[in-house]
Amino acid sequence: MMSKRIIPCLDVRDGRLTKGIKFTQNVDIGDPVEAARNYYEQGADEIVFYDITASAEGRAIMLDVVKRVAETIFIPFSVGGGIKTVEEMREVILAGAEKVSVNTWAVKNPGIIAEGARAFGSQCIVLGMDVKKVPPTKQIPTGYEIVINGGRTPVGMDALRWAQDAERLGAGEICLNSIDADGMQDGYELNLTEMISSGVGIPVIASGGAGKPQHLLDVLTKGKADAALIASMVHYRTYTIAEIKDFLADNNVLVRRSW
Amino acid sequence: MIGIIDYRAGNLTSVSRALAFLNEPSVITDDRELLDQASHIIFPGVGTAGTAMANLKEKGLADSLRKWVQAKKPLLGICLGSQIIFDKSEEAETQCLGIIPGVVRRFPPELHDGTQRLKIPHMGWNSVAFTKSHPVFAGLPEEAEFYFVHSFYADPADAADAAGWTEYGIKFCSAVARGSLVAVQFHPEKSGRPGLMLLKNFCRWNGKNDE
Repeated sequence: MMSKRIIPCLDVRDGRLTKGIKFTQNVDIGDPVEAARNYYEQGADEIVFYDITASAEGRAIMLDVVKRVAETIFIPFSVGGGIKTVEEMREVILAGAEKVSVNTWAVKNPGIIAEGARAFGSQCIVLGMDVKKVPPTKQIPTGYEIVINGGRTPVGMDALRWAQDAERLGAGEICLNSIDADGMQDGYELNLTEMISSGVGIPVIASGGAGKPQHLLDVLTKGKADAALIASMVHYRTYTIAEIKDFLADNNVLVRRSW
Repeated sequence: MIGIIDYRAGNLTSVSRALAFLNEPSVITDDRELLDQASHIIFPGVGTAGTAMANLKEKGLADSLRKWVQAKKPLLGICLGSQIIFDKSEEAETQCLGIIPGVVRRFPPELHDGTQRLKIPHMGWNSVAFTKSHPVFAGLPEEAEFYFVHSFYADPADAADAAGWTEYGIKFCSAVARGSLVAVQFHPEKSGRPGLMLLKNFCRWNGKNDE
């Protein structure tokens, strides 16, 4: 049977990691290629890159990073951040990424999901969703609203409906980030994850809130997520990926343990 | 030199990057003469069966593929390349190459694993139970997992052609071996060390299986 995936997330700006990653006590690695190599060797099942660069120069630097990552690691990885057109998707895929993720621009122009799926196949297109808990209304019946621009701007769309629309348009996977849980290291938003994962037929990656292995266990079982995104808990070396996987395996979650 | 068939399917470069990492020279081309000279052929592919078949026919590569298999040149099909070697595909009812007897089927819409409904495409890491001793699969750890992304799977008419099986709601054939042809549904170029080992084994294989 299929293993649950553990996916480190790396934020990149102008070709450098935006948070220093400590792999040992003394070494702070700012190079995304080296960080990707390290996680690949630690047993990451996939890697997610977010390019938070705004400039055209920064974009060109990111494509070079993608190319070097593709020459270095031999597991799937995705790239997201500011992708607006099929042409931009093509550049990232040709540089060696398996998947591209769209978020803000898919909300503004949902057609990009369908165009991307037609051009490269659904398996290439990941919908990134940033979600905030709100009081339920007629417009937001689930009480979970889509927000964009890094969580600052609510858009009046219900999270479940958007997930289902995106699946219909051809998204192959959803990366679901809870703005409320993000950065708190206090656990994933289980209700939200369970609702979206049960409401669509495509895989869901849970994101936001991971602080300890128990959180991953919860979201992969109660939350019904297919994969879990992690950042600080491995970047600051509180845990290794192997430790997380050992814990999950001890609790009867199927994870890949040989690489 | 390893020839990687370019038939405008996706993700050819990831195979060539993996071969470069293994120090195996390769060329991505649709030039039949160049491919004729290659010692080994890799037939990768992500995309749809219909488009792939149309492109292969247009470039005259469908006949070349049959010819290479007859000539016992080592050939590795990956993902879509492992499907269109069969007679036909349920994906838009496409007539395929007919090199191996059998049909490519779509996963049933309601797949369950105990209580949980399984998602399509089958995307992620899964294990392969190899049932044939074969030089290309030699030395792979028994617990090794491989990366899959697909909604269709091959169903060989002759069970003797199946070389590996995977479970995802149903048990399906994830590796095929017959003569100088090996085909895998998963992506060895994206499956970490076991995948690289399989590719290395293939590059060193003479196309014979004495076992």
